[in-house]
Amino acid sequence: MTDAVIECRNVWKIFGENSKEAHSAVIERGLSKKEILEQYRCVVGVADVSFTVRQGEIFCIMGLSGSGKSTLVRHINRLVEPTAGVIRVANQDVNALEGPQLRQLRSQSVGMVFQNMALLPHRTVIDNVALSLELRGMSRADRHDVALEKLRLVSLDGWGDRYPDELSGGMKQRVGLARAMAADPEILLMDEPFSALDPLIRRQLQEQFLDLSKVLKKTTVFITHDLDEAIRLGTHIAIMKDGRFVQVGTAEQIVTEPVDDYVADFVKGISRLELVSAGKVMQPLAAGQTPAPSSPSVLASDKLSKLLQVAKEHDGVITVSDGKRPVGVVSRYDLLNAVSG
Amino acid sequence: MAECGFLDPFACGKLPLAEWMTAGLRWAVDNYRPFFQAVKAPVDSMLLSFTAALGAVPPMVVVLVVALVAWQIAGIRLALGLVAILLFVGFIGVWPETMLTLAIVLTSLIFSLALGIPLGIWASRSETLYAILRPLLDGMQTIPAFVYLVPVVMLFGIGNVPGVIVTVIFAVAPVIRLTYLGMKQVPGDVVEAMRAFGATESQLLWKAQLPLAMPTIMAGVNQTLMMSLSMVVIASMIAVGGLGQMVLRGIGRLDIGIATVGGVGIVALAIVLDRLTQALAKPRKKGEWLSKGPIGLVRSVAKTSRTDQAQQLPSSAIKN
Repeated sequence: MTDAVIECRNVWKIFGENSKEAHSAVIERGLSKKEILEQYRCVVGVADVSFTVRQGEIFCIMGLSGSGKSTLVRHINRLVEPTAGVIRVANQDVNALEGPQLRQLRSQSVGMVFQNMALLPHRTVIDNVALSLELRGMSRADRHDVALEKLRLVSLDGWGDRYPDELSGGMKQRVGLARAMAADPEILLMDEPFSALDPLIRRQLQEQFLDLSKVLKKTTVFITHDLDEAIRLGTHIAIMKDGRFVQVGTAEQIVTEPVDDYVADFVKGISRLELVSAGKVMQPLAAGQTPAPSSPSVLASDKLSKLLQVAKEHDGVITVSDGKRPVGVVSRYDLLNAVSG
Repeated sequence: MAECGFLDPFACGKLPLAEWMTAGLRWAVDNYRPFFQAVKAPVDSMLLSFTAALGAVPPMVVVLVVALVAWQIAGIRLALGLVAILLFVGFIGVWPETMLTLAIVLTSLIFSLALGIPLGIWASRSETLYAILRPLLDGMQTIPAFVYLVPVVMLFGIGNVPGVIVTVIFAVAPVIRLTYLGMKQVPGDVVEAMRAFGATESQLLWKAQLPLAMPTIMAGVNQTLMMSLSMVVIASMIAVGGLGQMVLRGIGRLDIGIATVGGVGIVALAIVLDRLTQALAKPRKKGEWLSKGPIGLVRSVAKTSRTDQAQQLPSSAIKN
């Protein structure tokens, strides 16, 4: 896989003085989280996580607080040192980087957005946005030019001379986003960026972010505790619990094929209308069977919402085709079953 | 009298702590006096230049400078208040003593900051250092100041320079403590963000930690200054001149007049220095002070005269 931008292999993070011993004990004897805490007084943050994020993908890591998702994402720019495992970012082994190379990775290749914004309160908005460029020694005029352009990108032009405390929460996080993008990094790490915002603003920022990523095509790792958000944004979603990935897949896979009760519990309240496609719910045609010619037809990739529209106007079964010929049918019964989950 | 026994073990003998201290100090004096004398040199030269400068400048120039600085950092009201206080000090006839005390206090302040701020920053990064420093600081702040007059006199002698040294020992604790506190209070997420964007340790310190800790550090500076001033009378016992000397003489001769004049001078100096450093401690946004006070006035005058010229130029060009 040449287009893998971020690659994590068997990453472990164990906090505590005896983390190395605890780690080998886990590997050799397969201790549980609780046993490690009792025997080694160590806390397991991330346990044996592997994943790959490809060029331009938005990889959502979804989990409740304490599940280790924030710890995991900090391995990518080595704000946290792993106890074991390999992390490769843009074909470099992050753990092998020396001081200057690591700083170069952080200031040029990886931009990060934080849950509580973490803007510098004593600096103007434009100086906050230009931070990574300043740290790397770009001249004042040049970095302000870039910062102005990034502020325009998040529709905050004209706010450059204000201070962070003069901005609303949503605006601050847009500054945070502009700051992360100032160096034009290949990778964005978003650590629950919209969690602290109220629902309406959160929705707006999610849309703005989706629009931006369609244009800029940044490889993104997006941390959230909100499954709705993960489904709306993520190309792939990983569900994390107790430091492990429980399930990784597309939104549709997670919703329609939850691997266990934990995931099933999460997806229960999620609307399936925009996620599940006709191909998933149809009854395949037996060989030689043809549907009634008068029945309406949809594509296998059409979502349930489309099927509902069609079913409102036609009484009988709906034909599902792969674009060329019919491959299955959906009855009202199938449709109701699919919607209720 | 009491007999040595279980009920009164103290009669059996005593730990010779006093003798040990005497012997220890004598040993230090015998072996390290040249070292302590060398420490005096930089203090001496700085104190001399302060005294010379403050003594040579006409009083009204000092008043004017204080007024301008106060106007700049706090506003016109404080400036007027401080002018009134300084004039009062001058008219009760203690101007030279006040200037000497000011020189001593400023020298102590500079050495306290040069010592205290780096130590505070270092302690905030090393818990071991802080664990060592904390009981030392507690001791320095609780041991009565009279106690360390003795070793200071034996190691450094008497006069203004040992006075500065004893004042630094007494007054350095708050700036160390508050620098430590200010550095610890810098939000962890800001530090993390700086690291995430590739800051080196020194960039982290200069661009984020120090600016954010500055109000707290300035509160420490203020405290250190006030403690230096409170040391003025005690230090006068080892022949430090200035306002403290007047108070001490007043006590010695039961002369209420001279004690009052000296005391009032100290209070006046305390008010001036306190208000100035407190105004400095207020968090302020970059560039804000450029548009305020005398500098703001000069700038706005310069600006209007420039635009006047700019407007006049075309009209004169038309005439020609």
